[in-house]
Amino acid sequence: MKEVDLAIIGGGPAGLSAGLYGARAMLKTVVLEKQSPGGQILLTDLIENYPGFPGGINPEELTKRMKTQMEDFGGEVILDDIDGIEKNGNLWKVNGWENEYLAKAVIIATGSEPRKLEVPGEKKFTGRGVSYCATCDAPFFKDQPVAVVGGGDSAVSEAIYITKYASKVYLIHRRDKLRAEMIWQKRAFENPKIEFIWNTVVEEIRGENKVKELLLKNVKTGEETTLPVEAIFIFIGMNPNIDLVKDIVELTPEGKINVNLRMETSAPGIFAAGDVINIPYEQVSIAVGTGAIAAMSAVEYINKNFG
Amino acid sequence: MLSFATKIVRKGVKMGLLDVNDSNFQEIVLNSEVPVIVDFWAEWCAPCKKLEPILEEIEKAYNEKVRVARLNVEENPRTAAAYAIRSIPALIIFYNGEPADTIIGLHPKAYIEKLLRRYL
Repeated sequence: MKEVDLAIIGGGPAGLSAGLYGARAMLKTVVLEKQSPGGQILLTDLIENYPGFPGGINPEELTKRMKTQMEDFGGEVILDDIDGIEKNGNLWKVNGWENEYLAKAVIIATGSEPRKLEVPGEKKFTGRGVSYCATCDAPFFKDQPVAVVGGGDSAVSEAIYITKYASKVYLIHRRDKLRAEMIWQKRAFENPKIEFIWNTVVEEIRGENKVKELLLKNVKTGEETTLPVEAIFIFIGMNPNIDLVKDIVELTPEGKINVNLRMETSAPGIFAAGDVINIPYEQVSIAVGTGAIAAMSAVEYINKNFG
Repeated sequence: MLSFATKIVRKGVKMGLLDVNDSNFQEIVLNSEVPVIVDFWAEWCAPCKKLEPILEEIEKAYNEKVRVARLNVEENPRTAAAYAIRSIPALIIFYNGEPADTIIGLHPKAYIEKLLRRYL
């Protein structure tokens, strides 16, 4: 059992930012990360909209800097997979695969993970043409036609990235316009390798050993067509990782953690930040900002209750 | 090859994961007497690099009961194709020379260990 002041669960931008503020408040601060620090940003190749880095910054580099900055002030990243949180007097006991932690305050920064399409073939062909990570898998489809599903920032920016490798990228979107940042939209419309398939959903992913074709349905006309592709990259939004706290804190109807402007959850001593909270945008700058707020509120909470 | 790698570890020389390739895959992985986790990776894949420290910990924890190896899919297309690798990071647990379990994408150490323990 490890006794700490502040336990932060999740080592993405929100968690590392919270860790920095916790460490600077001279709290014994640990960031508990199940894989390795960075979170979802590691799935992209370049972050162009985090202020202070004209020309963009590589997500690995940004993660390394955030981690180092936090460690410079005494914060610690521990690799551990947390599977439960329970009340223990006026403390919280955080149970991990490797260790247990007793904390005065906890910040949930568990982030989100890619939403699945939930269509036949998706699970069967995951790793065989179904992908949720363009930077990992696009090079496997050099000079081959692929599809991207979605209309937000990830779908459009990753579609552009994939054109570096694929011969053709079909961008399949269920509406007739995109939701992505205008700069991404402009780049996508100007890209000769991208063909848009509007008002269309994927009904089924078909193949034998690997993806061969998609069954598509036009939501306006109901017409069904097939599209031969070697891969389908799915970017249809994110699901918050709330399993750990779903019985402890109040959630929104969408399943995100309900926090107030101080990043307080409904459970005293538990704060939350980043993609997992009730802010509709998943952005590094927002994760970092809410991480800072959560940590400052946690500091106040600890001073008040344990000072 | 196996004993050579073991010797290096014993000497305390810091080394990464054991690299396997198209030509020694049969000998090191398929003929192994203990389960082998093979990490299929490539330079371009940032999440793949995140798996390395986890695998190194697993190698240390399970010492001689499990072998951990990695295969560069770009340099070894024959083996990558043989196991239909089209998404990385991909871990395949080989047991008695057969692919017994596949883990696609980044997963926590705990998850990997849980699968691995089925073969111990």
